[in-house]
Amino acid sequence: MNEMNEVRKPPVATTGFIGWLRINLFFNWTNSLITLFVIYCLYQFIPWILDWTIFSADFKYNYLGEQITNQEMCSRNLDPENGGACWAVIYVRFYQFIYGFYPKVEVWRVNIAYAMLALALLPLLYAKLPYRKYFLYFTYIFPVIAYFLLNGGLGFTEVSTNKWGGLLVTLVLGCTGIALAFPIGIMLALGRRSKLPVISMMCTLFIEFIRGVPLITLLFFGMVMLPLFLPEGIDMDGLVRVLVAVTLFQSAYMAEVIRGGLQAIPPGQYEAAKSLGMSYWRMNLLIILPQAIRISIPPIVNTSIGLFKDTTLVIIVGILDLLGIGRGTLADTNWLGLSYEIYFFVSLVFFIFTFGMSRYSLYLEKKLKTGINMGAD
Amino acid sequence: MSEESIISLKNVNKWFGDFHVLQDVNLEVKKKERIVVCGPSGSGKSTMIRCINRLEEHQEGSIVVDGIELTGNLKNIDNVRKEVGMVFQQFNLFPHLSVKENITLAPIWVKKMPKAEAEELAMRQLEIVKIPEQANKYPGQLSGGQQQRVAIARSLAMNPNIMLFDEPTSALDPEMIKEVLDVMVDLANGGMTMIVVTHEMGFAKTVADRMVFMDEGKIVEEASPDKFFNNPESDRTKLFLSQILHQ
Repeated sequence: MNEMNEVRKPPVATTGFIGWLRINLFFNWTNSLITLFVIYCLYQFIPWILDWTIFSADFKYNYLGEQITNQEMCSRNLDPENGGACWAVIYVRFYQFIYGFYPKVEVWRVNIAYAMLALALLPLLYAKLPYRKYFLYFTYIFPVIAYFLLNGGLGFTEVSTNKWGGLLVTLVLGCTGIALAFPIGIMLALGRRSKLPVISMMCTLFIEFIRGVPLITLLFFGMVMLPLFLPEGIDMDGLVRVLVAVTLFQSAYMAEVIRGGLQAIPPGQYEAAKSLGMSYWRMNLLIILPQAIRISIPPIVNTSIGLFKDTTLVIIVGILDLLGIGRGTLADTNWLGLSYEIYFFVSLVFFIFTFGMSRYSLYLEKKLKTGINMGAD
Repeated sequence: MSEESIISLKNVNKWFGDFHVLQDVNLEVKKKERIVVCGPSGSGKSTMIRCINRLEEHQEGSIVVDGIELTGNLKNIDNVRKEVGMVFQQFNLFPHLSVKENITLAPIWVKKMPKAEAEELAMRQLEIVKIPEQANKYPGQLSGGQQQRVAIARSLAMNPNIMLFDEPTSALDPEMIKEVLDVMVDLANGGMTMIVVTHEMGFAKTVADRMVFMDEGKIVEEASPDKFFNNPESDRTKLFLSQILHQ
């Protein structure tokens, strides 16, 4: 009897690190061969990339100890055998990459806006933040504050948007596009499923039209056509026109993503909500949308990441975002030929933001899963 | 219409496409009366009770609930739904909310009850259905029988005058049916007006004031349980009873 009750442990070689290695990397001989091949490739690649980006790279001074002011002074141009990346171009042009042509005297306003953006995101990132409610109020009013801070007004000198550039433009377009498209997308998705034929037809038409047109076309449309629709004498800012185009584009995609989530909600949920006497809006806000949005988190983040990267297309209507500043720098005779460094840097900045978004979505999925699908199984 | 009727269906007709699902249905329910509706599947039982709180729209005839006629008037529909609670075959709890939140949601948002009061009410309702210890769990963590009892508590929290049950035990494992029926019996003994669509004939014999048998969209027979089970009039009823009681 005692022997029977003794807890048997699994064989040593199937658990722990060794077990993991055996199961995942050396399961059979093809598996082992592939593992060895990959290790060899990494061995060849990693030292080289580390050397190029860090150990042999110039950051501010070249290998002679001179401060770099143009591409001819880069180590890799002085001595092609030895030098690595020449990050000095980023160092020298850093201001433009981050702020565009924003006047230096006023740049503290942009810095405050960046800091406030971080603060506004905080309650969204940490659900357990103390006083989260008050932080959320701040998040809601942040766009208004940011508008006056960046654009001017209320005692601030005006800074025309054609002086904005670099990361500033990328973030303004990305954040505004995503933040505005979300509620508009929800309305469009609900509208498309509405029982009232006029509303559903209008929403369907809008979504299908916007989705059927490339973003570039919409950007041109915003630049060229939008002013035609406005009454005479009202001049719409260039960046605002682009923002309108980007937001419309994103909200059409968002609408379809959320509609997918709405379709996954069983009809019983609607019936239960109705039988409790809830109105259409209460039912949707309290019961249907919270569930539909949870289901749609991966595709919502997916389209948001897509938009964030697509903002680089504004270069074709003459707005210089992060990539635009990079291309502008490349066209400067002082920095000709440094495309590796510039594209590497721009990619890295984009990657940091999009990877953050992707991690955030995983965190949300994990957090929200506690409520749903926790069956007895 | 007799004066004390709380629900009155007159010549109600409804079609799903070309399918005539309710054919001239007439039913009067008095206050505190307990009606059990049975019949083969597809006979229109569920559709009939779903018309009473307008989850389905009838196309002809009139339905009056607690003095309010059900028409396209949204205000009237909302008022009727506040009077009428409903329990579904599939429970239909809100999976993203805890048990307590499931119950407090409608009192807070529809009845504008203060949160603390609603929570107290929720706990009282959970005591009635005998699962106060599950208040902070999520529906997915409960058994089917517990979920259905939460669904009953959720309906009761709106303090309805009438309760509709649409096959409340059909989706349950056999050993959980009793715990749900016990709660329903308590409710019936407490004087609630109830219309129950069910195949639980034992339950029907215990609590029903009147049996309603439906087939092919029509009410075939209406009788007291005693007469219905021992001496039914129509052959269709006899056939149905012989099939269901011989299981």
